[in-house]
Amino acid sequence: MANGVSDVGADAPAGGFVQLLTPDGERIDSVTTADGTTYSVDFTDEEYRSLYHDLVTVRRLDAEATALQRQGELGIWASLLGQEAAQVGSGRALRPQDMAFPTYREHGVLYTRGIDPIMPFGLFRGVDQGGWDANEHRFNGYTIVIGSQTLHATGYAMGVTMDGKTGTPDGEAVIAYFGDGATSQGEVNEAFVWAGVFNAPMVFFCQNNQYAISEPLERQTRIPLYRRAAGFGFPGVRIDGNDVLASYAVTRAALDNARNGQGPTLIEAYTYRMGAHTSSDDPTRYRIASEVESWKAKDPISRLRAFLTKQQLAGDDFFTAVDESAKKLALDLRERVLAMPDPQPVSMFDHAYPHGSPELDAQRAEFVEYHASFEGSDH
Amino acid sequence: MSRIKEFNLPDLGEGLTEGEILAWLVKVGDTVELNQPIVEVETAKAAVEIPAKWGGVISKIYVEAGTTVEVGAPIVAIDTEPSAGPLPEGLPTPSAESLAAVEIAPVEGAVEPGLIGGPAPGGRTAVLVGYGPKNTTAKRRPRVGTPGGSAPTTAVAPVATPPATPVPAPPVAPAPPPAPAPSAVPVNARVLAKPPVRKLARDLGVDLTVIVGSGPLGSVTRDDVHQAAAGAVEAPAAAPAVTAAPAAAVFDASREQRIPIKGVRKLTAENMVASAFTAPHVTEFLTIDVTRTMKALEKLKSRREFRDVRISPLLMVAKAVLLAVRRHPMVNSTWSGGTNEIVVKEYVNLGIAAATERGLIVPNIKDAGRLSLLELAEALNTLVQVAKSGKTPPSDMTGGTLSITNVGVFGVDTGTPILPPGESAILAFGAVRPMPWVHKDKIKVRQVTTLALSFDHRIVDGELGSKFLRDIGDFLTDPEGALLSWT
Repeated sequence: MANGVSDVGADAPAGGFVQLLTPDGERIDSVTTADGTTYSVDFTDEEYRSLYHDLVTVRRLDAEATALQRQGELGIWASLLGQEAAQVGSGRALRPQDMAFPTYREHGVLYTRGIDPIMPFGLFRGVDQGGWDANEHRFNGYTIVIGSQTLHATGYAMGVTMDGKTGTPDGEAVIAYFGDGATSQGEVNEAFVWAGVFNAPMVFFCQNNQYAISEPLERQTRIPLYRRAAGFGFPGVRIDGNDVLASYAVTRAALDNARNGQGPTLIEAYTYRMGAHTSSDDPTRYRIASEVESWKAKDPISRLRAFLTKQQLAGDDFFTAVDESAKKLALDLRERVLAMPDPQPVSMFDHAYPHGSPELDAQRAEFVEYHASFEGSDH
Repeated sequence: MSRIKEFNLPDLGEGLTEGEILAWLVKVGDTVELNQPIVEVETAKAAVEIPAKWGGVISKIYVEAGTTVEVGAPIVAIDTEPSAGPLPEGLPTPSAESLAAVEIAPVEGAVEPGLIGGPAPGGRTAVLVGYGPKNTTAKRRPRVGTPGGSAPTTAVAPVATPPATPVPAPPVAPAPPPAPAPSAVPVNARVLAKPPVRKLARDLGVDLTVIVGSGPLGSVTRDDVHQAAAGAVEAPAAAPAVTAAPAAAVFDASREQRIPIKGVRKLTAENMVASAFTAPHVTEFLTIDVTRTMKALEKLKSRREFRDVRISPLLMVAKAVLLAVRRHPMVNSTWSGGTNEIVVKEYVNLGIAAATERGLIVPNIKDAGRLSLLELAEALNTLVQVAKSGKTPPSDMTGGTLSITNVGVFGVDTGTPILPPGESAILAFGAVRPMPWVHKDKIKVRQVTTLALSFDHRIVDGELGSKFLRDIGDFLTDPEGALLSWT
């Protein structure tokens, strides 16, 4: 327990990162980075426990989804295993009015937004197009195209400024998630340019999980990713992505800067994808086992559990209860996924235009009539 | 659904059509929990464990480890209510055979098995990728008010036997070859007819499969349908009697061995076909006197650094290739049609074809051009030993840029090697034999070998290929001289 004056954690990569909870579960009171910013968290006991609850729950739901894919019930699944802390910490730092732009892996952020975890499963099961009301959930659609959501987010954030919703502590901020691989995309760099020049209320949250599918980080960049921000004219911070407290503290501060009109921040959450890129990938073809082992020792959940235990904030009863509740939620999710109805063919007309069009309406009517000509048709 | 639930091999990775059962982690009678890993399956993309879809007792395993299974085929059955006692009599237990039987809608739904939209093993519908709609029969929904709309579908003999059972084939004489197709369209063959004609036939209750089409390519026209509806159509001519006599000597199946095509054999076949029909191959030959190379090899063996390393003529050939590549970098390149580019590599990942128990593999030595001769010798030895032990990691087998095949070890003079996909040159190194040779204007017994170089003519022209081969030959004819003049 020390007042960190440096941003160098014991297990940090060269250049250091913001860490408030070590892999052994030791709490670092606060960390001051080179630019003089001090990061800390002030959680109640109950808040620490609920963070643990969220981490365990999103991991358990993710494991269930992986199993469902292997059982032929999902076409594909992108696992978040290993990245729970980056997602839960940053997701919980969002305020209700903030807007999130995820990739296809942000199941943990989705959960922290209070969204029913089944929402994206229609996409992975192939029974819908993955569309949902982004405004209602303050959570944009899962974006498969690498990096394009950063431009959508920046454009949205520029609109937030034009709507006069920034510049106060109650302002709106926007967060865009992406991975290390996406930083090589033109879109992400354009988004940096636009967000920087227009002082957009943006947080660029990069989960650096070390691999762009099979391409290692050293094939993406010659400098640490967070230092790229300097070239675009806004601050960049690297955090221990497996530390839920650092993820929360730094994201919360960056979002508040954004909503207050202080412009964008790039956060590089230094983490590791413990599983495959997606269920179609075999990571043993490009990663060595010892590397994966070394990251197991930095697991985001076990360090928080160690902290809770050492501080006597929770005991075995609590941990068992969390596991049980997560399992129950996972089995409930399984049942509901299996019960997802196949899409009605006519539903393809539903979201083409917000208010329909005469031509489309006519096509739809014809289509309904055609289907009604079959026995047992619902139409 | 019954308490016995069958699990079909799913598409584990976006568009796969099959997987190989690597190992069962459970056996019949084992109790398993939901999501407990039960089987390891390897697909073209990854080896993965499949977790049990239901808790219960394993009641049947349909396919043994080592079998390649089509996506959609049942692989295991689980009794989900083992505590309910023995299975009551009459409770149907599904079998692989019953599941393999495919029902075909009798009328215009007659799509040939295997075609998209047609029946597939496991009662699924064949689609372009994956294992298709989850319905277990390919029955078409009948139209409202169509006579025969609720008529039973015709069960047809299994069109695809489950993958586990076809070996060995029953010892029956092979069927005689079918007679040339008569003009009458056999039942269940694909009927050519435009959609409006199909609709007309349906509206009039006419079976398209019994009509002899008069349109282009034998397609059924509106007139044909009207005629048929009016009863004017003649019964299709009976298929002519089969006249082809069976061959005099019958070689029955007991004298044939059927080896499943899988693993390395399958991969080799795919690679070779892909390469042979993509890259236009040219092969050139050069017969040379390698006496000096053999002497140089002896000298090397007596040097202290090489005391612990086994060295062979292959080492000298590899060195010759690597030096010659420096002089002709274009041979070390890839034709990238997708990007309209020729990718010339500054590094040489030198592939060495190796015969192993599992079949032909071509592991490569990464960045071999940067290795010293000693390092190259060690890398060659390691590569061969690992290959022989069957433990070559996948990473060693990808990324090759140029290869050597040492057919000499089998005692043959040369061959016309096929390029590994993505490579532009491969050298075959034949046996080194004492032969009469004109040496310093006299006929002497010299150590002679033949080199054969196949190259991709899209990238490498005859001139370049010849120069490259000539340089390799020059080095092997006179290593010291070549080294002095090239470096």
